[in-house]
Amino acid sequence: MPRSKRQVWLTFIALGMMLALLPFAVDFGLGRSWLRIMDLALLYVMLALGLNIVVGYAGLLDLGYIAFYAVGAYCYALLASPQFGLHLPFWAVLPIGAAVAGLFGVLLGAPTLRLRGDYLAIVTLGFGEIIRIFLNNLNAPVNITNGPQGINQIDPVSLWGVSLGKTHQLFGITLSAPHQYYFLFLLLTLLVVFVSLRLQDSRIGRAWAAIREDEVAAEAMGINVRNIKLLAFAMGATFGGLAGGLFAGFQGFISPESFNLMESIMILCMIVLGGMGNIPGVILGALLLTVLPEALRYTGNLQRAWLGHVVIDPSDLRMLLFGMALILVMLFRPAGLLPSRQRKRELVAKGDVAVQEQASVYDAKR
Amino acid sequence: MSLLFVENLAVSYGNIKAVRGVSLKVDEGERVCLIGANGAGKTTLLKAIVGMLPPAKGSVHFAGQSITHKPSFQIVRLGLAMVPEGRGIFSRLTVAENLAMGAYARRDDAAVRQETDAMYQRFERLGERRNQPAGQLSGGEQQMLAIGRALLSRPRLLLLDEPSMGLAPMMVEKIFDTLRDIAARGVSIFLVEQNARLALESCDRGYIMASGNITGAGTAATLIDDPAVQEAYFGA
Ligand SMILES: Nc1ncnc2c1ncn2[C@@H]1O[C@H](COP(=O)(O)OP(=O)(O)OP(=O)(O)O)[C@@H](O)[C@H]1O
Ligand SMILES: [Mg+2]
Repeated sequence: MPRSKRQVWLTFIALGMMLALLPFAVDFGLGRSWLRIMDLALLYVMLALGLNIVVGYAGLLDLGYIAFYAVGAYCYALLASPQFGLHLPFWAVLPIGAAVAGLFGVLLGAPTLRLRGDYLAIVTLGFGEIIRIFLNNLNAPVNITNGPQGINQIDPVSLWGVSLGKTHQLFGITLSAPHQYYFLFLLLTLLVVFVSLRLQDSRIGRAWAAIREDEVAAEAMGINVRNIKLLAFAMGATFGGLAGGLFAGFQGFISPESFNLMESIMILCMIVLGGMGNIPGVILGALLLTVLPEALRYTGNLQRAWLGHVVIDPSDLRMLLFGMALILVMLFRPAGLLPSRQRKRELVAKGDVAVQEQASVYDAKR
Repeated sequence: MSLLFVENLAVSYGNIKAVRGVSLKVDEGERVCLIGANGAGKTTLLKAIVGMLPPAKGSVHFAGQSITHKPSFQIVRLGLAMVPEGRGIFSRLTVAENLAMGAYARRDDAAVRQETDAMYQRFERLGERRNQPAGQLSGGEQQMLAIGRALLSRPRLLLLDEPSMGLAPMMVEKIFDTLRDIAARGVSIFLVEQNARLALESCDRGYIMASGNITGAGTAATLIDDPAVQEAYFGA
């Protein structure tokens, strides 16, 4: 049954209202720190959607994705902090960071064009580490990144002369910094979602699906496999750089430590858990994996209250539950919590050899 | 001038010489077949023609221009499509998505839609299963799909690598009927086949290949009547 246009609009309006009121509810109910977690969650949604282009759409396993987040963040930090005394405006810094990250995407993509699967995974993993190690060591002989100490006092995001780092009053409503960042991040997340959606149904999206399935056959369809793969790397990296720039402005401080391998794996887990290739799934995965670990921190206090002392360290518990959750999802929902149409089919297709046998027999009779 | 013109083409895998200086041609509107034993180098030759393997020497011309060192995605766009050995369908994409891939390089969406519908009429089984993953199709249906997909790129010349492989006799008949139909509509055909008799019966001319060389050529009629060919390739 086709849903009426009105119903669709009403859903949209309700969703919009909910998203607009959410930060106030969270701030009121759970406190400011949770509002900051929500801001970070939005950054992770952007990151996961970016990686989803590379892994989910084009099928290129990238284990060094966090490097692009780092590149975006460091671009922002170097161009808008006392490090070099540069304070370029936000509207210039953010696109520069995203573009430079995109360039790094091509830089990673070009030499790995012939690699697939495990080999690609290893090279991308190495790439991610190289970037981090560079950032760690580029403080001598010339101090560029300030090494392991990281970069401090990064300019907060500022739009039309309004700094998001300060509290503002608007129509009698008090908007703290995390509130304002929430709305900025939400807007940009929606943009990333929109671009992802459009890409999925475009010719480019179809070409990605083809190379994910079979590169040789894709080339035989007239698809320029090389360019299409580079485009996937570049698009994914651009989203990563965008999120990175926002992260730098939001935190005001970055260091190489924030961009380690574990982060790359975390983002990959978000899309695998949520449903690779499916936008709602990827968003769900990103939200779950940012919010749940934070929630588990409270188990420390709970344990103290109930048992008198902390039996399992919350951060250990976090990894334990996280590993268990992944195993369970892979066992019972191998295509993710909200699988994409295609992934679901892929899994069905594998189990359906019997159906195919039957069809062959049927053929022979016909 | 010939539509496809291959001159002295050689292809090697490392130091294995799989194709050793082959020359052949296919004219506009012609149906030509290539027969030969296993390992003769037929597949290698086709791959080199469509740019999937780099030739060691020699040249390939298509529709008046050299395609010798062009990447294969450009060659398809010139109107030279191949149905590869083992079909090369996207088994996890649906039948409809597979057909759409065939038309990837085309921009005339309306015509593509029309031709896709015509394809479903011709191959009813594909129409019935358009939303199923192609991997669930039977071997014969997959072959139909591979041919239909190649046709949707609107080729001037269709290369087919053993389309009858592993299919029941009924299905083979159907595939060859389809090929005759396609040729009747002006698409030139270059067919590689193990089933030599059937291939020659449905083509105008034939080449015979052995150990990387062309060892015989002629009109289909003369080849069918050639006792040496009969003994070597028609089996019982
Ligand atoms: N990728 C490869 N690497 C090395 N040698 C190869 C490769 N592919 C084919 N060959 C060799 O090249 C020769 C020709 O192979 P080709 O596949 O072209 O034969 P064919 O005529 O298509 O045989 P069939 O009728 O069995 O399909 C064979 O000796 C084969 O072993
Ligand atoms: Mg072969």
